[in-house]
Amino acid sequence: MAAIDFGRYGRRRIKSRVILSLSLGATAIGLFFLAAILGTLLYNGIAALHWALFSQDTPPPGSAGGLRNAIFGSVIMTLVGTLIGTPVGMLAGTYLAEYSQGSRVGKAILFINDILLSAPSIIVGLFVYQVMVVPMGHFSAWAGSAALAILVVPVVVRTTVEMLSLVPNQLREAAAAIGTPKWKIVTFISYRAAVQGLLTGVMLAVARISGETAPLLFTSLNNQFWSTNMDQPMANLPIVIFQFALSPYEDWQQLAWGGALLVTVAILCLNIAARSLANLSRST
Amino acid sequence: MSNARTLRLRGPQAAYDALFSGSTRFFGIVVLALLGGVLAALVLGSTLAFKTFGLGFITSDSWNPVTNMFGALVPIYGTLVTSAIAMIIGIPLSFGVAVFITELCPTWLKRPLAIAIELLAGIPSIIYGIWGLFVLAPFLQSTIEPFLIATLGHTPIIGPLFKGPPLGIGVLTAGVILAIMVLPYISSIMRDVFETVPPMLKESAYGIGCTTWEVVWNIVLPYTRVGVVGGIMLGLGRAMGETMAVTFVIGNSHRIAVSLLAPGQTISSSLANEFTEAVGDLYQSSLIALGFVLFVITLIVLSAAKVMLLQLQRQAGS
Repeated sequence: MAAIDFGRYGRRRIKSRVILSLSLGATAIGLFFLAAILGTLLYNGIAALHWALFSQDTPPPGSAGGLRNAIFGSVIMTLVGTLIGTPVGMLAGTYLAEYSQGSRVGKAILFINDILLSAPSIIVGLFVYQVMVVPMGHFSAWAGSAALAILVVPVVVRTTVEMLSLVPNQLREAAAAIGTPKWKIVTFISYRAAVQGLLTGVMLAVARISGETAPLLFTSLNNQFWSTNMDQPMANLPIVIFQFALSPYEDWQQLAWGGALLVTVAILCLNIAARSLANLSRST
Repeated sequence: MSNARTLRLRGPQAAYDALFSGSTRFFGIVVLALLGGVLAALVLGSTLAFKTFGLGFITSDSWNPVTNMFGALVPIYGTLVTSAIAMIIGIPLSFGVAVFITELCPTWLKRPLAIAIELLAGIPSIIYGIWGLFVLAPFLQSTIEPFLIATLGHTPIIGPLFKGPPLGIGVLTAGVILAIMVLPYISSIMRDVFETVPPMLKESAYGIGCTTWEVVWNIVLPYTRVGVVGGIMLGLGRAMGETMAVTFVIGNSHRIAVSLLAPGQTISSSLANEFTEAVGDLYQSSLIALGFVLFVITLIVLSAAKVMLLQLQRQAGS
């Protein structure tokens, strides 16, 4: 640390130090926001965690209640959305990774898929409203699930392409050399070699849609009561959080915090699990 | 596929093969059709609005469900201004994070730090909204906004941007929330592209006595320029389409105010607030037309981003 030369080199080094400590500051700010958001959620959310949250339905203003119907609705619609979206995404991804082989159509699909990945989710809600809610004449859980399925597709396509392209070609060639038909190579060799990665994609997709609110606003809407009818509007956590948080009632706001904590914990756990699964598959 | 001609399967296996490859191709096309379908549905839905108001729809600032007069200027303005604020705050922050992680951070800390920043991207929009409404907005109202009014509010050119009462809820707050939300997206792309710089280039610069900052500014950044801009555009596309977080904190006022502290409206927040309550065909069609405008803008921005990132990929590959 000898003060070598306080001339130009010294000034350059000081400038470098100053700017780099600013970059440390930027990182600290990012982490601070993460901590602040999670901290607030825990503080307000834990206070709202009661048994009633899981055993009672959303209350009218001014009385106590829980989020049972909303939790149920969210789980069902996420499940149905994932079940519809995953096969579509997997097969499309398979086409890109195993069949298209750099063709123009393949490139176009990949390009469009990446745009769909970042496109505003509220637009998907508008689309499903037009093609499902209007013809059916009413909001429904089916429409909500369809909107979520559309959001699942690009995520699954992306990870499927990435994970299948990690499978070494020798495996496919070895199978082809003993006369295996292509569909068997893909399902029995490529899929099996990439199964952890494919699972990661599905988990990331579930994480992505379980907090989505905007596409549900115009599709499944909300339902104050317990409902298992997929053909009717269904309650769901994100929209309940939206309505209750913006309401002037203390009880409702507290329920909103409880719901927010549940959603976030579920999503972050999924994210972390998906990430460690991806690491696992990469290291083996 | 390329060997199909030299070695042909016979019997049921050939049929299974055709079935499987056909269905993968079909669902590939479904992805393409999805984009087309969305565009078509939006065009169809907005026809009435565009027929009634013509292109004046884009330039009119009226929004009155009672007299059935609708124009998109206020929400478009709000979308552009909130995204601009998000970029002004978000780009330097993301750049700082990316530089810290790639250049300064000790190796053992890199992964946990990167994961922590990416968790920010995992938090759903609605959580940012509820946090923004109950924590960030009161904080800005009591500290930052009075400070801005007292200092910048009196400067000559940008002064009017910071005039008016500190409400906490408004365009500025929405911009700040968006800045936090795009931070993980932009910084993770910047990090990825920074890592494509050949070590040889950096080492040569260090070898002639450059400081770390000089290497970042004169070597890394020029080499990855296309990718960095692509990452920024991707963040911009996200910011413009963001719905719930903005709806919570922007105040939902259909008026263009010069001050950034005043409440406003974005395209997505008007959709979220009004769509289910829109009575009348023209009202609903106007809202769908808003959605159409948003979709077109984000399509352009996201395509540009993607093209730039592909260009960098090709450059790194060659």
